Amino acid sequence: MAESGQGAATALAKDERVKEISGLRKALIRPELGAIVGTIAVFVFFVAFAGDSGMFNAQGVLNWSIVSAQFMIIAVGACMLMIAGEFDLSVGSMIGFAGMSIAIISVTLQWPVWIAILLTLALCVAIGALNGFIVVRTGLPSFIVTLAFLFILRGFTIFFPQLIERQTIIGGIDDAAEGDWLAPVFGGKIGGWIFDWLAEMEMIAVFERGTREGEPIVNGIPMLIVWALVLVAVAHVVLTRTQFGNWVFASGGDAQAARYVGVPVNRVKILMFMFTAFCAFVFATCQVMEFGSAGADRGLLKEFEAIIAVVIGGALLTGGYGSVIGAALGALIFGVVQQGLFFAGVESSLFRVFLGVILLFAVILNTYIRRIITGER
Amino acid sequence: MSGFDHDPIVEMKDIAKHFGPVIALNGVSFDVRPGECHCLLGDNGAGKSTFIKTMSGVHKPTRGEILFEGCQMNFDSPRDAMEAGIATVYQDLAMIPLMSVTRNFWMGREPVRKIGPMKFMDFAKANQTTMDEMRKMGINLRSPDQAVGTLSGGERQTVAIARAVYFGAKVLILDEPTSALGVRQTANVLATIDKVRKTGIGIVFITHNVRHALAVGDRFTVLNRGKTLGTAQRGQITPEELQDMMAGGQEMVALEGSLGGTV
Repeated sequence: MAESGQGAATALAKDERVKEISGLRKALIRPELGAIVGTIAVFVFFVAFAGDSGMFNAQGVLNWSIVSAQFMIIAVGACMLMIAGEFDLSVGSMIGFAGMSIAIISVTLQWPVWIAILLTLALCVAIGALNGFIVVRTGLPSFIVTLAFLFILRGFTIFFPQLIERQTIIGGIDDAAEGDWLAPVFGGKIGGWIFDWLAEMEMIAVFERGTREGEPIVNGIPMLIVWALVLVAVAHVVLTRTQFGNWVFASGGDAQAARYVGVPVNRVKILMFMFTAFCAFVFATCQVMEFGSAGADRGLLKEFEAIIAVVIGGALLTGGYGSVIGAALGALIFGVVQQGLFFAGVESSLFRVFLGVILLFAVILNTYIRRIITGER
Repeated sequence: MSGFDHDPIVEMKDIAKHFGPVIALNGVSFDVRPGECHCLLGDNGAGKSTFIKTMSGVHKPTRGEILFEGCQMNFDSPRDAMEAGIATVYQDLAMIPLMSVTRNFWMGREPVRKIGPMKFMDFAKANQTTMDEMRKMGINLRSPDQAVGTLSGGERQTVAIARAVYFGAKVLILDEPTSALGVRQTANVLATIDKVRKTGIGIVFITHNVRHALAVGDRFTVLNRGKTLGTAQRGQITPEELQDMMAGGQEMVALEGSLGGTV
């Protein structure tokens, strides 16, 4: 023990048993690794096998971008929530519920679409808060609580349109949204001039006959994609650069340790449930504005797809670790593979096989990365 | 070094704590002065944990009073105690292994720059301070981004201690900081305790290892079955006496005879 005073002083010198970590290894220890490798692999694969199928011309790119953006929107919410240490299995039902809510308020009740959108937003966020409140108050696993809401919300989504309209699909939202100021924020397109210009430069194809002859085939970026990119960017910055982001990591990493140092863990978790619900609302609203109708079966299984994208993105199911960028890449992989199989002429049911397989690989890889980080052996 | 010329920072008088029919503490008195390391010893179940949780605001005492710098205090939560200057480093709840050292160090008290409604973490300052504070404690971090999980158990304790010291703790309660550590790491943590004590912070060192206690302790209080068996000063007590007090007397002597050495 007499040495103990100097022991600390000599610790200043390099500990010979701590190996220098190579740059490569350092680059490997990041949540996005699997997703980055996966994204590259998927693109290489489809450029090789479906490169001449139109998958990579303007229309093809738009096609898989939209599908990827849909996955991205819900993956961002699921990612933040999972890092905060919780799940939300009610996302899919929430999508159906939100869409139906907009349809009933705007079509059946004939209220303006912007009121329908705002009321639905309030409703969704409130249900998200309720989910979170029940979870933090009862201490039950969020798995069970949100599983209950999966059924509750889906049940209502089928019940109300049947009760009111005697059908499970409500159409006519596109007509109702005509001239509405808020609807284009979800259903509109931006940047049309870029595509006009690109068409003029003969960089992208134009319609060759019909009423739109001479117009570019792709005439703007759907707001869906804009929402996805904005949500990813904002969530990434909040998570990695802000005080709140630190609280999200802390709440998921070890809620009790976080509480001991004064992190408002319950508030963080409830807010993340609300954010997940908000993402489901954005997804639903974009979808409803695009299709012009709401169906009771919309959003089926989306909660699991969101979770898979997040896991591929490197987040740990146990919370406290993950990346929004990774989740976004996970969503991109999904979109590209789902549409790419179509372009490559492969039976689309194989997409599910792919999902299952890649999920398994991702979880195994994540467990390995976690061991490296935490030094467990 | 031991600061007997100072008044106690925290004084716990005749503390009792009952959990329903169970009497966990039955009249424990204890105090800690600036710059001293007061060891609280006791076997498992002696009431050490209950006692420090009372001191750090987790439990409210059933009877007795807590004086902090001479004033009676009534802590409602650990947060209250922390703000008064009583910091507790729990053995396994101190750190979050998946988060970086910086993120752990500042957790709950992040340095922020406000840009609009967003409170951005000032990582430049946070990283610099973390590196500096850790260096003061004798630990050279490879990088402040390094996950706490890559540190050894002793280093993790040191991060927690450095954090408490940096945020102005006047009393530092260490809950069995050495119990899960190897010999070398234990030595490092004990050295850290010595360093912190010299800055005038009062340390409450909970342990059931007599040798660890004697290495740094100025005073020793032994708890047994919810009661204090008395407080001894450094030099007034031998390791054997301490050991016997902790174990509650006779059986230990008999056992040691058959084992051939100090446990």
